[in-house]
Amino acid sequence: MRTSSEIETISKRATKAAGFPWGIAEEVGKNIKSLELLSISGIENLSLYLEQVKGKETFGPKEISKENNIKPNSFCPFYTGSALLDSASKVEEIKKLTLHSINFPILLIPFINRLSDRIGKKIKLQIDDHNFLLNLNKFIATDTNLMGLIIENAKIIKIEIQENEDSFKDKVWDQLYELSTETFVEETDRLKENAAGAGLADND
Amino acid sequence: MPDINHRNPKEIMTLSRLGSFYQSKLSFLRSFIREFKDWEFNKDLFELDESGYGTAVYSVKKNSRVYSLVCFANELNSTERSDRVIATKWDAAFVLHDGIPTKDDIERLKENVPKQEVGRVSYKELTLSRANKSVRIFEHTVDALASGQQPDETIVKDVGYLYRTTAVYGSGKFGLADRYRIKERSEICGPFRLEMMLVYLVRQFTFDQVNHIAKSRNPTSAVKLSDDIARNLGIGNSTGLGMAPFIVNHPTLLHNWIYSREEALKQIRSIEKVEINDFNKFKECFEKSKLNINTWKTDSEYQINKIKILIKDLEHFEKKYLLNFEFNEKFLWNKLYLWIENELSEEGIEYIVSMLMEPYDNIVNPLVEKMSSEEDLHFDIPGERLVSDLIDIIQINYSNILDIDFNSSEEIANFWFISKNKEEPRVANRYEEEGSELEQPLAIARDVSKLFKRLKDYSSSKTIAEFLMSNNDLRHAVRRCFIIEKFPYSEIQDNTIGSKLVPIDMLRLKLSFFGAQKFDPRSDKWLRINMYQGAPLINELKNTDDTWIYNRL
Repeated sequence: MRTSSEIETISKRATKAAGFPWGIAEEVGKNIKSLELLSISGIENLSLYLEQVKGKETFGPKEISKENNIKPNSFCPFYTGSALLDSASKVEEIKKLTLHSINFPILLIPFINRLSDRIGKKIKLQIDDHNFLLNLNKFIATDTNLMGLIIENAKIIKIEIQENEDSFKDKVWDQLYELSTETFVEETDRLKENAAGAGLADND
Repeated sequence: MPDINHRNPKEIMTLSRLGSFYQSKLSFLRSFIREFKDWEFNKDLFELDESGYGTAVYSVKKNSRVYSLVCFANELNSTERSDRVIATKWDAAFVLHDGIPTKDDIERLKENVPKQEVGRVSYKELTLSRANKSVRIFEHTVDALASGQQPDETIVKDVGYLYRTTAVYGSGKFGLADRYRIKERSEICGPFRLEMMLVYLVRQFTFDQVNHIAKSRNPTSAVKLSDDIARNLGIGNSTGLGMAPFIVNHPTLLHNWIYSREEALKQIRSIEKVEINDFNKFKECFEKSKLNINTWKTDSEYQINKIKILIKDLEHFEKKYLLNFEFNEKFLWNKLYLWIENELSEEGIEYIVSMLMEPYDNIVNPLVEKMSSEEDLHFDIPGERLVSDLIDIIQINYSNILDIDFNSSEEIANFWFISKNKEEPRVANRYEEEGSELEQPLAIARDVSKLFKRLKDYSSSKTIAEFLMSNNDLRHAVRRCFIIEKFPYSEIQDNTIGSKLVPIDMLRLKLSFFGAQKFDPRSDKWLRINMYQGAPLINELKNTDDTWIYNRL
């Protein structure tokens, strides 16, 4: 088994060798390590992507807006991911944004996962028909079997910042709260007087 | 109260200053010995033939945690013995295994550990190393012991070790466990603990091996290596350029090491009333440490000159300061420090700074626990910050670097690269060698200077995110600037590619934090050192004194 350290180092060097700057290669090294720790095929996607773009020009956004398009080209996941991460506050402000045509979008996922952590909010990510919920760089919920998944190009990527809201109904919470109160002791007058730190009256 | 601050990073983080650092109480092999005192030790397996070849296993235990050193000693033709990292065979190979190895584990390791880089270990292994015998002393020691004598003390002093390692690997290399698997372990709470453990146990193996061979040669008359001589043998190490990129590639870790030293010094200088016992401890260590200087052998002109400067400094310090000072003065250490800063060279200053820590476990020990780092926490670039912020950061933190003229060929004479043969870092002349287009990002001064020029031509009210969208070629330099803003000792404040570069200054910085002594440069790119010379033997650990490093024959 390859270690995380080896995965990071080799991914970083390979990305540099394919023509990306060191700073981008550093980002990719961290990201591929994180994808592989999550059992998502980072190495496979990276290898195929680098093979495709080695020595060729790749494109990132020139600015981040609601609709992002660089027709007739497709976005590079590294430059796009870095730009989104760097522009975290702007992305949070925009809330919902769309990218049209991106190559190897699996390689974008760790950037968005880190973005979720930066912003402190969950992010819904849609890659064509695949849906993901990225949670503060801790875990990824998805309706897609990610094991071995390789997507060469996605036509539409949607990124939607989620507000920090409960994922459960108030009624269910109340039921659970009621159950939790069964660990409490009923306070008699004597306990009220003796068991608390402060007195009953506190008028000074 | 005098105004006592941390020393200025721009003065401390220069290559010449960092290349003048010495071991101290903060050094990892000393903090390891302090931490290792109450571990149980066992020799679980010792299957060596009469020539000393075979397998041995040592285990150490604390609470429910066990680590085992698995040793493989092999026959090696003298023509195959090389200190260079490019060697492919060694006299012995070692691995630190997590737990007690099964027979299957030992068989698996026997197939792989002696091959080192071309072998493969698993997440159950933590650190890996190899070592060669010191030809000068090993045979002499075995011969002497076999004939019932102890080895000649002069030879022991001259060499100082039976074996010399050429690399100690950890943290995910060649299949070893990644750092994340072990970083939360409470019994190992400092940097490079498991590397230090491996080297310490290897030292024990070297003693057992010479005793075993001597006994095999002459079962009736052989004697054991005396404890006094064994104690004064450490483990040698040949270190090349591999360590140099490490300190550039781990900026927050570097900061934590240097900051701990600076914080210790600041706290010591801030002591208003120095206790007589503490002062005596300083003086005692200072006196004993001078013996190390006198037994420091090297053929390197560079190092000989440094030793001369150090000796001159220490003599000056003794005659002009120590003999005349007033013990009852307030803030004695601060006055002493201000004197040495004014009167001594960098060698002398840093030597005495290390000495000042000796009486103060209460100051040093809490700092040792803060010398690791979670680098990933500081990796992201704050893209919302403004270009004007970044300009300010560079002007504040890199002002010395901005004075370097990187248009001059002298200032960019060298480049760092990774060799294809061995995947190891190298440095070469840009104008004489091929490959500078594959330069590693280790010329931080040059790149920050380039970044600064580009930022000056960019709108200062734009965000870093906007700047990076068209300037990602300098992304690595931008990242470092935001790191140094929070970690002022994270960066070497010098040119790492200039014609005057002495790479061993970078090695010495790291090795001093390891606790190495007797730096012996073999060129400007590699050196030999000694680790654990004077350290307590395993059966002495419980009662050891932390000043063992100054004990000598």
